[in-house]
Amino acid sequence: MELTGAEITVRCLQEEGVEFAFGYPGGAVLYIYDEIFKQDKVKHVLVRHEQAAVHAADGYARATGRVGVALVTSGPGATNAVTGIATAYMDSIPMVIISGQVPTPAIGLDAFQEVDTVGITRPCVKHNFLVKDIKDLAVTIKKAFHIAATGRPGPVLVDIPKDVTTHKAPFDYPKRITLRSYNPVTKGHPMQIKKAVKLLLSAKRPFVYTGGGVILSEASNQLAKLVKQLGVPCTSTLMGLGGYPETDRLHLGMLGMHGTYEANMAMQHCDVLLAVGARFDDRVIGNPAHFNQEKRQIIHIDIDPSSISKRVKVDVPIVGDVGQVLEELTKQLQASKERGDQHALKTWWTQIELWRSKNCLNYDRSSKIIKPQFVIEKLYEVTKGDAYVTSDVGQHQMWAAQYYKFDKPRRWINSGGLGTMGFGLPAAMGVKMAFPKANVACVTGEASIQMCIQELSTCKQYHLPIKVITLNNRYMGMVRQWQQFFHGNRYSESYMDALPDFVKLAEAYGHVGMRIEKPSDVEGALKEAFKLKDKLVFMDFLTDQTENVFPMVPGGKGLSEMILAEDL
Amino acid sequence: MPMRHIISVLLENEAGALSRVSGLFSARGYNIESLTVAPTEDASMSRMTIVTRGSEEVIEQIVKQLNKLIEVVKVADLNEGSHLERELMLVKVKAQGEWREELKRMSDIFRGRIIDVADGTYTVELTGNGAKLDAFLEALDASVILETVRTGACGIGRGERILKV
Repeated sequence: MELTGAEITVRCLQEEGVEFAFGYPGGAVLYIYDEIFKQDKVKHVLVRHEQAAVHAADGYARATGRVGVALVTSGPGATNAVTGIATAYMDSIPMVIISGQVPTPAIGLDAFQEVDTVGITRPCVKHNFLVKDIKDLAVTIKKAFHIAATGRPGPVLVDIPKDVTTHKAPFDYPKRITLRSYNPVTKGHPMQIKKAVKLLLSAKRPFVYTGGGVILSEASNQLAKLVKQLGVPCTSTLMGLGGYPETDRLHLGMLGMHGTYEANMAMQHCDVLLAVGARFDDRVIGNPAHFNQEKRQIIHIDIDPSSISKRVKVDVPIVGDVGQVLEELTKQLQASKERGDQHALKTWWTQIELWRSKNCLNYDRSSKIIKPQFVIEKLYEVTKGDAYVTSDVGQHQMWAAQYYKFDKPRRWINSGGLGTMGFGLPAAMGVKMAFPKANVACVTGEASIQMCIQELSTCKQYHLPIKVITLNNRYMGMVRQWQQFFHGNRYSESYMDALPDFVKLAEAYGHVGMRIEKPSDVEGALKEAFKLKDKLVFMDFLTDQTENVFPMVPGGKGLSEMILAEDL
Repeated sequence: MPMRHIISVLLENEAGALSRVSGLFSARGYNIESLTVAPTEDASMSRMTIVTRGSEEVIEQIVKQLNKLIEVVKVADLNEGSHLERELMLVKVKAQGEWREELKRMSDIFRGRIIDVADGTYTVELTGNGAKLDAFLEALDASVILETVRTGACGIGRGERILKV
């Protein structure tokens, strides 16, 4: 039997076991929406802006590990989706975005709602396709899911012209697919692994630096095994938080621009560094020349060869799936009769504990004004450290990363690479759709939240009782912080006059709003909010306007050149 | 020191594949001296030759980034072994009076062929590596050169070095 392109599209999503498609209809996708209407296997979630559709699919993917799906129309539908796609691309999130396109005969003629979607998205997708022939449709969608989810994951866009959705073809969804030009290596090279074992056993000051690759590869258990076996200190990047339990003694907290003193010092001064699914980016190691001043040997495990020796030259590259390589590494370490230099390790730990005793995340807990860090600490306590926490971008994001201790992977959901304000609320929607019973908190600021605030309406429609934790300091806090430090206190355009009354705004959307102005009210308000199981609660915390994020490695500086709160 | 490298790429013969490669070079700030592409004996595949310049680290990244493109099947840096390089150039020259004879001789010396003869012009076809083509242009008086067009280099490994799927 022959099916139309629209039927085929929806059938493909069903075959892939897609639970939710986040999207927004429009002219070019009308036939696809007609087929969505006729079935109930793939639930469509109607957002209020295409950017949010992609972020929601992204949040779903980050929380579940499955491929997120978004559906948008041609032209502005596709361009609105671009920010979301680029966000997912930078953080290697598996997604399939289906976009409508003008009919094939109209392509290139500046038709209504036409843009070169494949051209516009090319630099921010793992791959993309324009399907011009109905015969290619099913196999293209299969390829899209395969490419998105394997190797280093990423978003894949399939652009479908409107006439293709009406053309007919027999439907045959391939079970498996192989591409001669795409075969990611998953098993690490045995010789390289052997070298890594030798190096790790010879270390005097070993350190394990872990990134988002640990989460993406579901390698938390393998990582914990290795780290505990060696008894060595470890750290996580912003993207890697939760990959190793943060409450464990061996974990030194997050590293990087706003990392802990101990993590950054250990990163700078270790002699053997095991990098696991991380990419030495500028927010992590700061200035590479400064980083290279200290001599150290680096082992780097990554599934993407181009991430290896990109910013920092590596001594032992291991291309492969992080989980598989860690497992093999641990096996060989266990098999080895050597134990490494325990005396040196002890001395190294003494040094680390000295760094740790700086207590770099301390802040004024007796303040009469709400300290943003305090709100996150209380959020951690009230949710018993077991919530899904999404965030937007800025100071609040860093405080959430620093003060919420993530012990499990996929609980911390934020836009690390692209730094997309407006990500938090729609991402939380995706998480809440995936896990309706879990506590989902969106930590945001009064600036970020306004970038996708229209999604409060989507939350109402789909009964998504997210808790929105707004750290409201009336400034674009991170911009203000940089202006204070590096631009002579000239707060150029970083103050938001005329903020809305968020309590009334929440109520207007049919939710519960709360304003919290005193530190003594923080815990009670949070408890009350999480008790309202079936309500979205918008919590507007009026926080200290002058609070800054510490420690801080200023741009262009080295990891050991942190500014600490106590320095000011 | 940025070295000149010739990179050969086998890629799926699909619409948009070329723009993925050129987009990659511009997005990441890699240099392109020349880029040529045409289908191979297997019509489903194209072969591209890119001449670029970069430090060892940059060339390593270029090869890795090219391999990362989904439609790229194989990549080889021809400079890793001995290889041949050829480029085709067409030059239209002013061929009048005493120059007419001189240009014929010059073309012969460089083993060029005159493929079009008109009243006042010759068109010379010349193949060789880039340096040879440059040398021919330098040997000519600049005032006689009316127009030049070059294909950009294509390259192939010597002997047993074969780039094939």
